[in-house]
Amino acid sequence: MLGMSANSVSYNEQGSVESGVDAAQENSSIPASISSGGAASSLFSADYKKNEDLKEMLESNKESLKLEAMKRIVGLIAKGKNASELFPAVVKNVASKNIELKKLVYVYLVRYAEEQQDLALLSISTFQRALKDPNQLIRASALRVLSSIRVPIIVPIMMLAIKEAATDLSPYVRKTAAHAIQKLFSLDPDQKEHLIEVIEKLLKDKSTLVAGSVVMAFEEVCPDRIDLIHKNYRKLCNLLVDVEEWGQVVIIHMLTRYARTQFVSPWREDAVFDENSEKAFYDSEEERRVDQSKPYIMDPDHRLLLRNTKPLLQSRNTAVVMAVSQLYWHLSPKHELSIITKSLVRLLRSHREVQYIVLQNIATMSIQRKGMFEPFMKSFYVRSTDATHIKTLKLEILTNLANEANISTILREFQTYVKSQDKAFAAATIQAIGCCATNISEVTDTCLNGLVLLLSNRDETVVAESVVVIKKLLQTQPSQHSDIIKHMAKLFDNITVPMARASILWLMGEYCEHVPKIAPDVLRKMAKTFTDEEDIVKLQIVNLAAKLYLTNSKQTKLLTQYILNLGKYDQNYDIRDRTRFIRQLIVPNEKSGALSKYARRILMAPKPAPVLQSAFKDRDRFQLGTLSHTLNSQASGYLELSDWPAVAPDQSVRNVEVVEPVKEAGAPALSKSKPAKSNEKFYSDSEEEEGEEEEGSNSEDSSSSSSEESVRESESEENSNDSNKSSSSQSEKSSSESDSEKKKKTLKNKKLQQQKPDSKDRKQKNGNAVKVESRSESESGSESSSSESSSESRSELDSDSDSGTDQKKNTKPKPVQSKPVIKVEKKEVSLLDLDDFSPAPVTTPKSSILSPNLLSDLQGLLISPTASALQASSPVFVPETSHELLHRMTGKGLSAQYRFTRQPCIYGNSMVSLQLTLSNRTDQALENIHISEKSSTGQNIHRFNAIERLEPQASVTVSMGVDFNDSTQTANFQLCTKEDEFSVSIQPAVGELLLPITMSEADFTKEQGKLVGMNESSATITITPENVSSQSVNRKVVSVANLGVIPSGQENIYRFAGKTVSSGSLVLVSVALKDPDAMITINTEKTVMGSMLLRQVKTALTNSGP
Amino acid sequence: MIHSLFLINASGDIFLEKHWKSVVSRSVCDYFFEALERATEPENVPPVIPTPHHFLINVLRHRIYFVAVIQSEVPPLFVIEFLHRVVDTFQDYFGVCTEAAIKDNVVVVYELLEEMLDNGFPLATESNILKELIKPPTILRTVVNTITGSTNVGEQLPTGQLSVVPWRRTGVKYTNNEAYFDVVEEIDAIIDKSGSTITAEIQGVVDACVKLTGMPDLTLSFMNPRLLDDVSFHPCVRFKRWEAERILSFIPPDGNFRLLSYHVSSQNLVAIPVYVKHNISFREGSSQGRFELTLGPKQTMGKAVESVLVSSQLPRGVLNANLNPSQGTYTFDPVTKLLSWDVGKINPQKLPSLKGSMSLQTGASKPDENPTINIQFKIQQLAISGLKVNRLDMYGEKYKPFKGIKYMTKAGKFQNDCHLLVIQKLAG
Repeated sequence: MLGMSANSVSYNEQGSVESGVDAAQENSSIPASISSGGAASSLFSADYKKNEDLKEMLESNKESLKLEAMKRIVGLIAKGKNASELFPAVVKNVASKNIELKKLVYVYLVRYAEEQQDLALLSISTFQRALKDPNQLIRASALRVLSSIRVPIIVPIMMLAIKEAATDLSPYVRKTAAHAIQKLFSLDPDQKEHLIEVIEKLLKDKSTLVAGSVVMAFEEVCPDRIDLIHKNYRKLCNLLVDVEEWGQVVIIHMLTRYARTQFVSPWREDAVFDENSEKAFYDSEEERRVDQSKPYIMDPDHRLLLRNTKPLLQSRNTAVVMAVSQLYWHLSPKHELSIITKSLVRLLRSHREVQYIVLQNIATMSIQRKGMFEPFMKSFYVRSTDATHIKTLKLEILTNLANEANISTILREFQTYVKSQDKAFAAATIQAIGCCATNISEVTDTCLNGLVLLLSNRDETVVAESVVVIKKLLQTQPSQHSDIIKHMAKLFDNITVPMARASILWLMGEYCEHVPKIAPDVLRKMAKTFTDEEDIVKLQIVNLAAKLYLTNSKQTKLLTQYILNLGKYDQNYDIRDRTRFIRQLIVPNEKSGALSKYARRILMAPKPAPVLQSAFKDRDRFQLGTLSHTLNSQASGYLELSDWPAVAPDQSVRNVEVVEPVKEAGAPALSKSKPAKSNEKFYSDSEEEEGEEEEGSNSEDSSSSSSEESVRESESEENSNDSNKSSSSQSEKSSSESDSEKKKKTLKNKKLQQQKPDSKDRKQKNGNAVKVESRSESESGSESSSSESSSESRSELDSDSDSGTDQKKNTKPKPVQSKPVIKVEKKEVSLLDLDDFSPAPVTTPKSSILSPNLLSDLQGLLISPTASALQASSPVFVPETSHELLHRMTGKGLSAQYRFTRQPCIYGNSMVSLQLTLSNRTDQALENIHISEKSSTGQNIHRFNAIERLEPQASVTVSMGVDFNDSTQTANFQLCTKEDEFSVSIQPAVGELLLPITMSEADFTKEQGKLVGMNESSATITITPENVSSQSVNRKVVSVANLGVIPSGQENIYRFAGKTVSSGSLVLVSVALKDPDAMITINTEKTVMGSMLLRQVKTALTNSGP
Repeated sequence: MIHSLFLINASGDIFLEKHWKSVVSRSVCDYFFEALERATEPENVPPVIPTPHHFLINVLRHRIYFVAVIQSEVPPLFVIEFLHRVVDTFQDYFGVCTEAAIKDNVVVVYELLEEMLDNGFPLATESNILKELIKPPTILRTVVNTITGSTNVGEQLPTGQLSVVPWRRTGVKYTNNEAYFDVVEEIDAIIDKSGSTITAEIQGVVDACVKLTGMPDLTLSFMNPRLLDDVSFHPCVRFKRWEAERILSFIPPDGNFRLLSYHVSSQNLVAIPVYVKHNISFREGSSQGRFELTLGPKQTMGKAVESVLVSSQLPRGVLNANLNPSQGTYTFDPVTKLLSWDVGKINPQKLPSLKGSMSLQTGASKPDENPTINIQFKIQQLAISGLKVNRLDMYGEKYKPFKGIKYMTKAGKFQNDCHLLVIQKLAG
């Protein structure tokens, strides 16, 4: 009681001594916990006293006193204290003129009206009056409070108010009405039909303010009435960018569901893959694309949705980005999917909680489509500061992403995790290694060896986890691993974790035939310690005994009987049961005759290996980004995403009678995006996308056309024929030019063209005509038609330069035939160009390596690896540049490009690994593409597996290895299709014949000291000013040659190291800057390579540009 | 959507609750407390906790848990993002977001929450709009209010709410028109023992403080926009313009806001501005270990590396460390084994170092790990990615504003096995 009175006193002077209040509260909580009944009544009395005081204040005439009282009451509500006593006093002030007081009264009303229904009715008339107020803010807030008072009697009044507000002139009031719909619905579901009418009306609303709220109401009240959406679909799509963020999320989720019921699947054959992902698990994206058939044409409305949501990937609101991502995941054609990758990875920089959700979704995605995230693998590296659940998710994703090419990198990363101080995390990592080992058969052995090394780790959890994982791995291929089993038997005495001991015993028993000498001995030891073991271990001892008895009864009969006797009197009934069962089974006696015959077959039956699979395997049954997906269990109110319909429902339902620009008061005049205005706009897709693509990096053609133009400008008219020829061949080479240059050129061209359109036009026409002719000798196209088409494109260029270049681009590369054909071609290109939406999988280095030094990596799992001075490292920079191997003209439609991946080659230690991209530019599928067996030169070439079939317009990426013997001699070989053979050659730049290594600065200097005299070549150059910065020196050098950067302590000396691929000789490069000069020194045994490399580094550093 | 919100402090007391629909008993938080108990660290509480009838989604900021109670399916990021927005708003209003600040301003907090959510669905979250509805508390205003009886609450619907630019309030007037932009870049890098970079990324933001009269329409262009690999914008930025011309064109909100955050492609080489040399060794059987650590700048374009803070989690076996810093001060917490060394500014002539011995638990085996070293630092007037603002133009208003740009580079989570953050500022 003492505490109570103190409490009330301090409340009276609340605000003055905050700490006093707290102390009093603490006191009061003590009796409360002792006797709840008494405490409750005393609390009540305390409240009562204090409330008296507040009541007085509320009833006074002074506004300020009332306000003060209300503020204190709100404070009570916030603390969760009961203030319902004051209801009568508070409700009187509902009509107050003071707006703050009024708002606080509203807060109070909404909180307590449900408990004091009768009294709450007193306030209703005030709200009804306020609903007619000229001030829209007051109307809206009256409706908000009225609809928040959960009193069933006023349902009709609410209904009326909502209907009225839904037609209010102010969009803000209409928004409030949309919110009120949900409130009324939860209060009285019987009103559903009337409410749907209001929703239907509000869905037609064109204000961006209302859209989000009404869709929310729709989702809550009648999510199954998609027929209401039809007419508003296009409007919603177009408004989307300008809707406030929260509304965007809701609308996008709703539209995802809608689209799944209205459009046919853009995946087609791909759909098979979805259900049966296991089979296609390792297929690279390209391969999948190959067997996709073309004739699918996307509904323009479907495309509209995809296009209008795309900009929202740049939203600052993570929920919006996630919503768009899930929309693309569920709706877009597979090859467009990669545009969401970057945005999702960006979200990983956000708050911990955001990371958690995003990683979960990525984990689910990465199971089905690892290609999407593989280039961003490093973003999923675990940081020591990450929270545990984040670490586990990252591990999960890394495991999902593992494939032959990147497994060495991933394992190297895992190796550092194993050493983590967070032992639970280390254990999870070992599990992950196990998963990788089963999924990727190439590394099973190396992983296994690595895990065996871990068995001598000092930490027990690590050892135990390793044993468990090894057990699982051995089960998949037991025959050749008796060594490992022996090794584990040796370790057995030192392992104390029961699970691990049990696992080893099980292995002994299962494979006792592989270790006939050791197993009985282990059993002997176990017989001694049987009574001290954990139950799980005891069970396995019995198991082992039984199995040994069956295979080797001579040595183990007595032991087995002894153990069975021990088990018979064990305290645990499971063990007693098991013993009894085993005894009956294996020891022949009269009763059990029938079974014991089969004992061997029962106990020693071959057991299926456990499947190690991702915990996110079954998550894809839920829509991504939802709560249900996060929890992996269906939350209430989860709306199932339907399957694609086999046949698209009528499209015309979405037609709106009056197609008018959907811009009105609510939409920004300076709209961020130009909303699509009419139906025609839907088809203008190709234009926009091509425009985009031109900005992007991978259009060879645009660069070729632009460089052609620039050359043409400088040349005179007479030799334009020649120049065209040369420029076209040159342009092929220059396809690798950097974006910026390309862009600059195009810009320049455009400008020039505008300046002197007339003369230029004529010149161009001629030039073009001649050129086309020269190119299309074999084709039927006539000069006149081709010149016509080019001049047409020219004239378009004047009006709209973007589309002009596009046209040109499309007409150029293909031999000109006749106009209609061009049209068709154009369409095809535009469809195909959708691929260029997604530069990620095409342009990013798909490293195809399976490092031969994997084992050495895993040896690092040992606690103290002997640090070697020379450590192979991953390449600092992988150029995106592709080189032409076979042009599509020479290759009769087959084109091939190669690039150096700069990774160690999986096919042989002395090979350089290459990535080959083969594309089919013809109309027919090409079959059986392979490299001919007979190699024309001496180089040793590892061929890629023959490609059985390459669909028209498809491309595929394969990897191969070539042993160049440390020389820049070209490698010549035959690229064959079913019909043809093409001789091709690869000439490597000297820099590609190297592999980067790291070493310490001291080691570098030491090695450099050994390689002097003949082995040293050096040169002094004047360096261009923009190259002076360390960044650019580094960049230049590593882009020329595949070298590792050596950390340098000196400001002006840069060091790089590598070794030649074939012979492994060291190549050391150092660049010393002495303003304005730079001294390049190269030390290597391979003097020829040294001087060639020197030349290249020199040029790189003296040239300006990127 | 969001049913209720509970604010829980570090010691596990619920100090504020707010309900938007029927009242949910605070006993629902018991499930949260259970999860809190299970988690070893405060950060390890799972963000989404299912309970029999509700779902709890929580975020932890400023050592306060914001726990939202929801009842049915809703995108979890929606709730998380909203909760963070609430925290940002509090910070904007009260300067700090602490338990004390929230308790002191409980009425304003309640009014804000009331405006931000209606029936659990976000209503007004733009700071410009909220500030018109509810004036932020200032000492002056509090005094005036108590004397005159006027209020913090606006009487009119903020015009922004209905206008074409909902993020900007109308009728803005300043005598000094200024626009400041801070380009702040963070380097995140992991560096292995030998000093080679495992990952390095640059993450940057452009924060703006714009105090301009009327309705200015700004364009900001960069010298080298191609550096920006991935960007996300404030809603005010016109996306199409960026796509077509790589120019940021926008009508800014009034006051502070984040215009843009970006990521610099990891394809470009990231220069790491500092290096660490360390030698931490333990001898088998001895109870002593040696500790040596030296820092040095590199590739900083002559700018000073400041506010350097090194921290490292030493192995559990270490009992104490007896070290000698050449500059700055260090602390070692024998309980958490966290070593932190406040270095200050790096002087390239005399590199800071920390040397000494560690005493180990006797009898314990040799610690098996090279501890991770985290480094924090700042570099003023440098954007490590090389991003440069080209120009800022204003249209739509007649006056001439004062424009300023600052660059700064700082370490994010530079880790040796390491992490680092760089800030850039611009003036022009």
